[in-house]
Amino acid sequence: MQNYSAFSLFKQALGGHAGWQRQWRSPEPKAEYDVIIVGAGGHGLATAHYLAKEHGITNVAVVEKGWLGGGNTGRNTTIIRSNYLFDESAALYEHALKLWEGLSQDLNYNVMYSPRGVLMLAHNIHDVQSFKRHVHANRLNGIDNEWLSAEECKEFCPPLNIGAMRYPILGGALQRRGGTARHDAVAWGYARAADARGVDIIENCEVTGIRRGVNGAVEGVETSRGFIRAKKVGVSAAGHTSVIMSMAGVRLPLESYPLQALVSEPVKPAFPCVVMSNTIHAYISQSDKGEMVIGAGTDAYTSYSQRGALHIASHTLDAICELVPMFRRLRMLRNWGGIVDVTPDRSPIIAKTPVPGLYVNCGWGTGGFKATPGSGNVFAWTIARDEPHKINAPFTIERFRDGILIDEAAAAAVAH
Amino acid sequence: MLLITCPHCGPRAELEFSYGGEAHIARPVDPTGLDDEAWATFLYKRSNPKGVHAERWRHLHGCGRFFNVLRDTISDTIVTTYPAGESRPEMTSDGKENVR
Ligand SMILES: Cc1cc2nc3c(=O)[nH]c(=O)nc-3n(C[C@H](O)[C@H](O)[C@H](O)COP(=O)(O)OP(=O)(O)OC[C@H]3O[C@@H](n4cnc5c(N)ncnc54)[C@H](O)[C@@H]3O)c2cc1C
Ligand SMILES: [Zn+2]
Repeated sequence: MQNYSAFSLFKQALGGHAGWQRQWRSPEPKAEYDVIIVGAGGHGLATAHYLAKEHGITNVAVVEKGWLGGGNTGRNTTIIRSNYLFDESAALYEHALKLWEGLSQDLNYNVMYSPRGVLMLAHNIHDVQSFKRHVHANRLNGIDNEWLSAEECKEFCPPLNIGAMRYPILGGALQRRGGTARHDAVAWGYARAADARGVDIIENCEVTGIRRGVNGAVEGVETSRGFIRAKKVGVSAAGHTSVIMSMAGVRLPLESYPLQALVSEPVKPAFPCVVMSNTIHAYISQSDKGEMVIGAGTDAYTSYSQRGALHIASHTLDAICELVPMFRRLRMLRNWGGIVDVTPDRSPIIAKTPVPGLYVNCGWGTGGFKATPGSGNVFAWTIARDEPHKINAPFTIERFRDGILIDEAAAAAVAH
Repeated sequence: MLLITCPHCGPRAELEFSYGGEAHIARPVDPTGLDDEAWATFLYKRSNPKGVHAERWRHLHGCGRFFNVLRDTISDTIVTTYPAGESRPEMTSDGKENVR
């Protein structure tokens, strides 16, 4: 792997930038691997990276039906935070946040992690009480989160309107270590690092079946490029998890919904942090290119269409225009949708399945980008050792049968 | 935005409706007789198909009634709508509604 540094940049500049190597290979699939990961999103690529780096398993393929990072990894609004209510979630998301802090160094790739602060706005008494409860619960777990009054919110984020409006700002919860990262760079950085350790990333290769032996155990996957053998298969396919798991006869408590985002025309630096408002469904930050990156709520109905209805996006823009009146004259450049797989308790599943050799990492719904490093890290552990890491041990499929939900849905009152 | 034909009122914009999740999931007649697995399936497991989905919608800002819709989740095309209580219309293999 060609090392990236200020020196290498200088050296390549002298050569007219003609000497840069490809960041990863484009190999033909081998007949057999030790582990196959389905889905080259951030989670799948991170899993491959940690399998190779921390567990010494390098005979790994990541198979992807489209191009790597073309799923939700390349479509999300990149908000990173770890101030979740329950101990189980706090441990999982904080594990990820700690990895974000050193990720660019670990991968030798600038993922542009920017801890600029995530401010979650409270608009009614319920929000105020619930966010204060989060602040206290987080403090007990050693996770930073603080309560700001409306005036303090305005001081931290001057463009905010704290005057009278339909859903006035009553205060907010601020996690200063939260922020954003460059989504594509996360996928590319993990892909390059995994590839350097021998992982095959096979794009344009759709999984169409999961082959099982007479004892029920996994034997490999049927793909659009032929059968590939492996005793262990990890599914990390976000919105398409139900489709793939049904190939192995496994039904999960998941529903797939469109989630939309928009970006504005680029402007000068104008917005210092990330602002989230779960109650009125508006999520906004400014990218380093200058665009306002705006996220909406999910559409009402399940779908795989990778778009959503216009009224959902305009509802979000209504909220943005009230919260940040100076953006009323911004023009929107693009909008798009991704398909997110949502569990009933809004917590993920990272677990073994009833099928021997088949593992699943799914249910991240509207909020899995922030978890990418932590999720890949514990999923790799689960696959390598055939047992969960203690952080993901509570995130089973069986919790829905046993009634041990990790109910972040109830905790946040909305999708988050 | 979907254009949904309420079986009682006719075609109206999606904004008049609210979504009610997968259709034809009947509450078990004898809940105490179910084991945990069956109860979890009733509560949480949905078919989530990539293809035709039977789902409930309510004409909230209209007649107020619940009814069912068959919608293709790949294209969001609505195949047909039918009143609550009727069984799911049969489909031919190409996803078209059978003419009854
Ligand atoms: C608009 C939007 C905004 C969001 N905002 C945020 C946010 O601000 N913060 C946050 O934390 N999260 C956010 N999320 C959620 C986040 O994007 C996801 O939870 C996360 O990216 C999931 O990563 P992944 O690697 O599991 O999935 P993906 O990146 O979707 O990767 C799954 C891959 O599997 C592939 N695949 C599917 N089927 C097959 C098959 N049959 N064979 C082979 N490959 C297959 C897909 O092509 C895809 O590349 C947002 C999502 C959306 C859509
Ligand atoms: Zn009606």
